[in-house]
This record gives sequence, structure tokens and C-alpha cells, in this order.
Amino acid sequence: MARKVVITGLGATTPIGGDVPTMWKNALKGVSGAHTLTEDWVEKFDLPVHFAAKASTLATDVLSRVEAKRMDPSTQFAVVAAREAWKDSGIEEIDHDRLAVAFATGIGGVWTLLDAWDTLREKGPRRVLPMTVPMLMPNGPAAAVSLDLGARAGAHTPVSACASGTEALHIGLELIRSGKADVVMAGGAEAAIHPMPLASFAAMQALSKRNDSPETASRPYDISRDGFVMGEGAGALVLEAEEHALARGARIYGELAGTAVTADAYHITAPDPQGLGATRALKAALFDARALPEDVVHVNAHATSTPVGDKPEYTALKAALGDHVNNVCVSATKSQMGHLLGASGAVESVLTVLAVYHRLAPVTINLENQDPEIPLDVVTGTPRELPEGEIMALNNSFGFGGHNAVVAIRSTGPKVELPS
Amino acid sequence: MASNEEILAGLAEIVNEETGLAPEAVELDKSFTDDLDIDSISMMTIVVNAEEKFDVKIPDEEVKNLKTVGDAVSFIAGAQA
Repeated sequence: MARKVVITGLGATTPIGGDVPTMWKNALKGVSGAHTLTEDWVEKFDLPVHFAAKASTLATDVLSRVEAKRMDPSTQFAVVAAREAWKDSGIEEIDHDRLAVAFATGIGGVWTLLDAWDTLREKGPRRVLPMTVPMLMPNGPAAAVSLDLGARAGAHTPVSACASGTEALHIGLELIRSGKADVVMAGGAEAAIHPMPLASFAAMQALSKRNDSPETASRPYDISRDGFVMGEGAGALVLEAEEHALARGARIYGELAGTAVTADAYHITAPDPQGLGATRALKAALFDARALPEDVVHVNAHATSTPVGDKPEYTALKAALGDHVNNVCVSATKSQMGHLLGASGAVESVLTVLAVYHRLAPVTINLENQDPEIPLDVVTGTPRELPEGEIMALNNSFGFGGHNAVVAIRSTGPKVELPS
Repeated sequence: MASNEEILAGLAEIVNEETGLAPEAVELDKSFTDDLDIDSISMMTIVVNAEEKFDVKIPDEEVKNLKTVGDAVSFIAGAQA
């Protein structure tokens, strides 16, 4: 019997809240974190997209000036979220040789990289700061979190584009099940609201160009969806061997019951239109969780709001869950906070955990005319109550490169009421 | 041309920016590594910023000789002369 892994701490910094309580409150209310960018580079480079979902709290307001100076913005977000999750877990004493990190990013330290390139061209090599490489490396967030917590059982960095954050949970689960660690700080971070990635994603027609209405631009499943909205931030989850958590009397949010990762091997960016890779990931995650489709009550969908992406996910859900797909309520939370790329899977996993813990599915905003080809039961307007008893929720993430990652979260209840 | 006092004050500002140490803690007889706990990466950042601020060149091979704040002030003063 494999070791059971439970979730005992949550952290997040996102466009709809700089911490978990604020994010969750807004996710239930249904607010948009997307706004017109006021930076001068939007006009300077004549970017085709003028808006994004920036983190609602500056990491530099949370971290000290000196520690922030040595971190790329993506690492700053990671440390902010990981500290919140760690505090939330209540862990005080731990064998640091049994504590690991799995912290993802999709793009890495793009601000640091391009700032240093500007410095090199404008001022020469002597002015390129010595911290440049450790700040731009994609393992920067994992390394910083490991340093911050004193985690010595390995610090891993899954990089699988927009599936990265969810793949971090997959790695964390394996580390604990295999006995290599007792506790893992798993998560994902991204800070890519920079003119170059914006120009690049816009060039591939992946971004919404609804410049006159940023708040309604991210509209998963809506017939008029025209692309995703770039977001930024980080999510973090403390994964813990069940016996370790029980021994210290920890508050348990739910069980990380199963995970799966597959690859499409179909196209570098386009999803397989049949959703075959996603279907295999969904089935494998359920198998890994020793669960049946009928156990699933809620899905936090990848649903980025691109014309080509949303439908194959539905096809995959239908293939994996069969007719039971009609009984599952779906939340597309990117409608609120945009697409946090390599952090999205981690943040959405935090939301999925909270959904089973509080028995409430967060709302999807901007769904006015649902695409008739995607007849999912989408949660809109007010949060949906989830049933009592033992329930399971899934979080899907898919990334350029054909990466598919799915996590299955189980809760045996009882429902935990929200603090008033 | 900056006076030694001005160089010290400028260095203290750079050290404060990099490490958060109070500018008053940056005194002539203080060792960068032993007293101010500045690591090699921070030291190189301070050197690069000092070059820019005082418009001098501080060769890499010279940096290891700058053990105290006073050594750095003297070197910068000499390089400006």
C-alpha cells in the first residue's frame, strides 16, 4: 500500500488576491484581475495587447528590499507563496533532510535575462551584475524556496509550459510515496508580463485582443472567446505523508490522491483535437487515485479561453468520465485571474483543494453565450455547493509541447465552513 | 574628485543598497567579509556599482586586496587622482 499524501498548507499570490484568504473570497465572488497596463512600454513598442492580470500585491511589498533585489520577480512570487503555505501548515519542527521542494516555472527569469541583455548592450559587460545567472535560471524559484525553508531532500523544477505547476504536484506525490521525502513544498511561479513574451504570445494569436474591455477578455467556453489573458503570481501547497501529518495533529485540507502526466506527441503548440493525451492523463490520474469517474464531483478546468483549446478538454473529460461528465460541475477560474502559465496549475490546485475542503466550487465569469459544442455544467453567478461525504475533484493543466497534467484531490469531509 | 569622506559616504550608500546594512555601520576599519558579512557576489556587485558611481576602474585582481572599507576608499581615491 502506497503512502497516502495529504495537503496541509496553502499559499498564493495572484491577480485576485495576494494571499489565499483574499484569493478565495474573490474566487467565490467572481472578480476580474485583468486591467489595462499603464507601463510606458505598451505604447513604446506599440503592443497589440494592452492589458494583463498583474499580481494584486507587489512581492516587493512583502519581501525585504535586500532579499527581493537578489530574486527575479518569478522567484519573489514563489517565496511569498511558499512562506504563506509553510506558515499555514503549522509545521514547527521537521527533519530538514526529509523536506523537499518541487517548484515549477514555465518561462523562468525572463525579466532578469532581458534586463541584463539591455545592460550589456547599453553599458557593456562590466555592468552585468554577478547575480544575473542565479536570478534568471529556471530553477531559481525552487532553489530560493529550498534555501528559505532549509529543504535538503532535493529541489526540483518541472518545466512543462502551462502544465508545470500541476506537474510539480505530480513530482511531490512521487517523492513522498517513494519514501524520498516526508514533506514537499510544491508549487509554481511565473512573472512574464514583459513586453517580449506579450509580443510573442500575441504573434501566435494566443492572446485576447479585447483591449477595450480587459475585465471581460478572459471568457472560457464563451462563443466569443478570442484568446487568453496573461497573468502572473505563484501558488504553493505543502504535501505531507499522512502519518507525518497525523503525528503532529495537522489540519488536513484533503488528500492528493492521484496524479498523472502524459504527452500528446502531436504538435508543438496545438492541442490534439481529439484530446487523446488529456484523456489518457485523466484516466491515469483516476487510476492512480484508485477512483472511478463517478467519484468526481468537480473539475477546475484548464480552460484558457482560446478558440482552439477549450473544446479538446471537454472532449477529453467526456472520454474519461463518460456520461458522468454531465454530473460534474466545472470552474474555469482563468476567467477571473487570467493565465498564470507555469504557476496556473499550482494556483488552480490550491483552488481545487479549497473547493473540496469548503464544499464550494468557485465561479466562472464572462460566460454569456456558452459554446454549444462544449455543453459542460459550468459554475457561473454564485458558487456551487458540492455534496457531502467522500468526494473528488480534478485539476487539469495542459502546456505547449503537448504536456498534460492532472491531479485528483479527495476529501472525506466533513465540510469546513468558511470563517465569517 | 571626491574627498575620502564623500567616497566613504558613497560606498556606505552602495553597501546599504546591496545588503541593507545601516550606512553608519560601514566604517573605514571594517572588513567586508568578517565584519560586514558580505559574500563574493555582493562584493562584485558593490565593486561594479562603485565603478559607476566614482567613474573609476577596479580590476578584478585588485578586488581581493580590498579587505576593509578603508582599503576600498584609498583605492578609489588613488584611482581618481
